[in-house]
Amino acid sequence: MNAAEKKKLQILACKVRLGAIEGVYRAKSGHPGGSLSAADLFTYLYFREMRVDPANPGDENRDRFVLSKGHSAPGLYAALALKGYFPMEEISRLRRIGAMLQGHPDMKGTPGVDMSTGSLGQGFSAACGMALAGKMDRRDYRVFTLLGDGEIEEGEIWEAAMFAAHHRLDHLCVIVDNNGLQIDGSVEEVAGPAPIDEKFRAFGFDVQTIDGHSFDEIEKALNHAKTVRGNPCAILAKTVKGKGVSFMENQAGWHGKAPNDEQYAVARNDLNKILRRLEAE
Amino acid sequence: MAEKVKKATRESYGEALRELAEEYPRVVVLDADLAEATKTALFRDAYPERFIDCGIAECNMVGVAAGLASCGKIPFATSFAMFSAGRAYEQVRNSVGYPRLNVKIVGSHAGVSVGEDGATHQCCEDIALMRTVPGMVVLNPADHYEMKAAVKAAVEWKGPVYIRLGRLAVESFNNSDGYSFELGKGITLRDGKDLTIIATGLMVSRALEAVKNLERQGVDARLINIHTIKPIDRELVVRAARETGKIITVEEHSVIGGLGDAVCGVLSGECPVRVVKIGVNDQYGHSGPAQDLLDEFGLNADHIAETARKVMERS
Repeated sequence: MNAAEKKKLQILACKVRLGAIEGVYRAKSGHPGGSLSAADLFTYLYFREMRVDPANPGDENRDRFVLSKGHSAPGLYAALALKGYFPMEEISRLRRIGAMLQGHPDMKGTPGVDMSTGSLGQGFSAACGMALAGKMDRRDYRVFTLLGDGEIEEGEIWEAAMFAAHHRLDHLCVIVDNNGLQIDGSVEEVAGPAPIDEKFRAFGFDVQTIDGHSFDEIEKALNHAKTVRGNPCAILAKTVKGKGVSFMENQAGWHGKAPNDEQYAVARNDLNKILRRLEAE
Repeated sequence: MAEKVKKATRESYGEALRELAEEYPRVVVLDADLAEATKTALFRDAYPERFIDCGIAECNMVGVAAGLASCGKIPFATSFAMFSAGRAYEQVRNSVGYPRLNVKIVGSHAGVSVGEDGATHQCCEDIALMRTVPGMVVLNPADHYEMKAAVKAAVEWKGPVYIRLGRLAVESFNNSDGYSFELGKGITLRDGKDLTIIATGLMVSRALEAVKNLERQGVDARLINIHTIKPIDRELVVRAARETGKIITVEEHSVIGGLGDAVCGVLSGECPVRVVKIGVNDQYGHSGPAQDLLDEFGLNADHIAETARKVMERS
């Protein structure tokens, strides 16, 4: 990726963050922390990696994305809107009665959402089913699923991990948004899922650990994942919860809370500053 | 020609899957290490490339089925009722029911007739659980021919379906030809005017026996077979209440949340009459031979007939 392409992604990621903040602020509820930590991953997947067409969201040969950590929906919605699946205005109606955008992803109502998720642990299993269907039908689409590092405390995650490796789902790529925080505190204090990389390796995955905010590293890892044969891939993306908003960064308290008017202004200002700097460079 | 067969409905299920496989290439079958017991092995051996053994991981199995369905497959996710409907309840609700995916959840070895394995495996709550999932169709076929027709209907129905299978062999009372299965429609097996017995699954053959005994004693009982517990045949149930005034429901399931409650739910609003529910009364089962357990829990012809006589005396 050249400098111009990288800058384009960085600008888009900033807009994803602005969209996520907008949605959570307007809804007066929702999950900003994990939306911001995953924003660069959403951006890379939708704008550089996945074979998808917003004009044909039901295409049988499309790549699939399952947001297993479904609460990061505001970030996903912003990426889908920027990609052109629906107008960005939908974001300001997030979580309202009659809105297209539900609190957690709803595949029936939202174009571009490949699986309804929100109950942690379940999206990964569905992603395995999609990958298996592709293999049975000899289709060449790939399946990506994003897990939270808190989410992997769910037992179903490891049932799915065993399944993926057993069925050699090498066109399945699991990304762990390793922001280190969950609702009750740090993941290490609450339930200690570490070492995450060794766990996935022991379950038969090709494992890479990267900086989840570096587009160079994301690109390198996903390019490597394409070449792996016989094993599913896991990318452990080290991220910062609340990334890009000064007062939200590394704060477990911003897992599932909306900013008030003043906080919203600060958050927008933080992100707009980054955006202006990128656009001016 | 009526050919009687004595076969467990789980076996009829496995045969049906195998027989439907060619006509419906999108059907795939999942199991959780119980293929020999649930009889999905009959499908597995004929179509190994369309069979997925998920190992002892039922929650993942249901999620995988959801993913397969989102890509156009028609998955039958099969285990013991305790696990497919019980353990994986939340996956059924959130990954299958909520997105309305075309997954068939199948629960074998339901009820106390599991026998010797005892309470941990005798699921008497599956129908109640599956009824609460919005949009879920709940089927509990009574014999070989009904099961085979029900599996075909489930394949052709677009959306989530739960099918309950039994372990115990049951003598067929339907005919090999001329049997027609209509999803959501009950079947009046015997007309009668004194009272109505509404039975489901394994209990239908017991109720048939009871009705014959009652007839000899001068009681003219109507018998309705409800294979589709949800959506229930409201019209047939209400008509029975209007015409006979008294209802007995019979199910090998908890009296909480099963057929009896479904019938009461219809009648309380549309035609309140006396309903007596025969079933498992807020209890766990225990180990023992299946037939002895059914007798102990009052799930036999004698107890059905006895209950009917008491209902007649009190009226």
